Amino acid sequence: MWRDTLLMAGKDLRIEARSRVALSQVAPFGIVALVLFAFALGPDRAPMVKGAPGLFWVAMLFSSVLAIQRSVSVESTDGARDGLRLSGLDPAGQFLGKTLSVAAQLLVLELVLGVGVVLLYGASIQTFWLIAVSCLLGTIGLAAAGTLYGALSAGLRIKETLLPFLLLPVVAPVLLAGTRMWQAALSGGTPANGTPWFHLLIAFDAVYLALGVVVYGPIQETA
Amino acid sequence: MTTKTIVQSPRVIWTTRIIGLLALVGTGLTVWLGLWVTPPDQTQGDLVRLVYIHPGVAWVALYLAFGLAAGCSLLYLWPRTRSLFWDRLAAASVEVGVVFNVCTLISGSIWGKPTWGVWWAWDARLTSTAVLLVLFLGYLALRRVPAEPEVRARRSAFAALFAVVDVPIVHFSVVWWKTLHQGATVLNANLSPTIHGSMAWTLLLGFVALTLAFVWMLLVRYRIGALEDYLGSGELDMALLERQSEGVVPPAPDLKAEALAPVDDAGAAPGPRAPAEVTR
Amino acid sequence: MAPASSPSSALSLRDVVALSGRFPLLAGVDLEVAVGETVLIEGPNGAGKTSLLRVAAGLVPVASGQASVLGLDPARYRTEVRRRVGMLAHAAHLYDDLNVRENVRFAVKASGADTSRIGAACERLGLTGRLLRTGAAKLSAGQRRRVALAVLVARAPELWLLDEPHAGLDASARSLLNEIIAEATAAGATAIVASHEPELVASLADRSVTLTGGRVTGERTILASVDPPARIVHVA
Repeated sequence: MWRDTLLMAGKDLRIEARSRVALSQVAPFGIVALVLFAFALGPDRAPMVKGAPGLFWVAMLFSSVLAIQRSVSVESTDGARDGLRLSGLDPAGQFLGKTLSVAAQLLVLELVLGVGVVLLYGASIQTFWLIAVSCLLGTIGLAAAGTLYGALSAGLRIKETLLPFLLLPVVAPVLLAGTRMWQAALSGGTPANGTPWFHLLIAFDAVYLALGVVVYGPIQETA
Repeated sequence: MTTKTIVQSPRVIWTTRIIGLLALVGTGLTVWLGLWVTPPDQTQGDLVRLVYIHPGVAWVALYLAFGLAAGCSLLYLWPRTRSLFWDRLAAASVEVGVVFNVCTLISGSIWGKPTWGVWWAWDARLTSTAVLLVLFLGYLALRRVPAEPEVRARRSAFAALFAVVDVPIVHFSVVWWKTLHQGATVLNANLSPTIHGSMAWTLLLGFVALTLAFVWMLLVRYRIGALEDYLGSGELDMALLERQSEGVVPPAPDLKAEALAPVDDAGAAPGPRAPAEVTR
Repeated sequence: MAPASSPSSALSLRDVVALSGRFPLLAGVDLEVAVGETVLIEGPNGAGKTSLLRVAAGLVPVASGQASVLGLDPARYRTEVRRRVGMLAHAAHLYDDLNVRENVRFAVKASGADTSRIGAACERLGLTGRLLRTGAAKLSAGQRRRVALAVLVARAPELWLLDEPHAGLDASARSLLNEIIAEATAAGATAIVASHEPELVASLADRSVTLTGGRVTGERTILASVDPPARIVHVA
């Protein structure tokens, strides 16, 4: 399974390296979202700084939907999905590989957006490791749940509109947890504030990774 | 039990009707008792009357309907118990559950406006319920996508599974969101006053009546779904026959005989003639 | 793990019905293919030739009847069956953003096969030099077919399933394809070729099965060197 995971992740990342979709389309979309939020919240710094964690995570969530859609559409050309089934590649490995690849892209995106938030909104980061941990765990959760729902909506013609509607409510806990942890990090709050959220993210990640490993194969066999 | 049995058996039809009648009577009784007979509460006044309806619809929506849907989805996915019956039941359950969910939110809102002064509050329970609603609206959206019944059933079952798994996580995150948030809250989310006497009985009656209403709607919705599928399945045998008959090559018409045939005076085409012997 | 089996039967279908929703792709197919045989499946469009191959590959589930591929049940031993079976389908299953070499490498590694034969396979199919580094999006249909074929040659599966492999190929590519099939079967593999132009495959096949309306409606043995009118045996 792990060999297949690395094979799949490597293939997806190589495709991304060639086509640079995440870099040239998804990241700019995230930045545009941040800018629009700034317009909406008005020129005063105060509401922007206060809202920075939430805005960062909302921008991440929307961008992750795009990243997931890209990850799914890679397999829809030339019957590649059939090809993957024919190859006998372990479905659990396929799921983990795709999740890994999406997570990697999202981490880069977070870096970009994080810098954007610091620059554009004037937020200042007090406790860095809270940020790092929340981003890492949140990304894994987004990638896992997203890959699962992406697989579910893969063969459908209306997946562009269906996927956000299906995925976003499900990842609401990531939004809540990430935002709270960021708030604690930006205001220099004590680590204790972050602990229950940390546990929540771990639980979310564990659940969706486990679900994906078990269920990805059967999903592929129906479409 | 085959689809045909459930859908057309008179026993099932009559049971459904009786349940519906009981539900109607029960709900009517609850309304009468709730609005006129029971006394108003000391602190909440007439507002307390909502308690006869609101927890009832909430219990049905959150636990009964969606729990049933989750159970049926699991049963469908498990190879040994796989049957479209579970899929149809799950779908019917979610549809009715969504209706009850909306009723929960509306009745909660109606209670909230006079109490909190706002139509909506980011109370932990309200928020969780709203997210639950959206999750299952997603399930229904997924079901509307045209697909073969088995494919649709599997996809929906997975979606229900994911949604249900998410529910406790969402619940805890929203509860922590409220409680861990720095900032006092003046909202009192306590909806159930200490209750006794005629109020307690009415409350119980409300629960029972609403549960019966759910069961009735579930049965009716299930039958509709089963009828739709039943109409479709009868076509499989016909389709098999048609497919097999593709292999039968119709005998080639004898062109020479046709050319020499007398044409009808009325100008109508000659009727179908028996094909000539075919030599291969 | 699946039981290691050295079956004498490469494919065994007994009254197999395969459905796509309500539509029966296969409406009761009986077919036995022994290891090492080359069988041609012929029939008009829509007869179910592709569906039969897909059932053999384990892509389409069997609704009723019994199927056994290389001695294994394709539903139970899915991964094992798929790794030992190779299919050349209409689509080449290539990733547009990767070049030829990367596509072949991925496909071969994904099916768990040894990567040592990739170089030789690519050369055999004329995929050399600049072509190897060309992105899959820029390939012509014939070139895509050759890439997919290179993957098969490198994987060397026990059962080859070829769906109208000659379609879209020029004459030299067609003869190369025939050579490759012949080499594979000479090395012990089994080949099942679906085509509605049987003349192209007749030189290779031992046997031809006619499929119509989702069922087997005819079967004939192809005599290799002599070519008098073939015996026609109708299988009801």
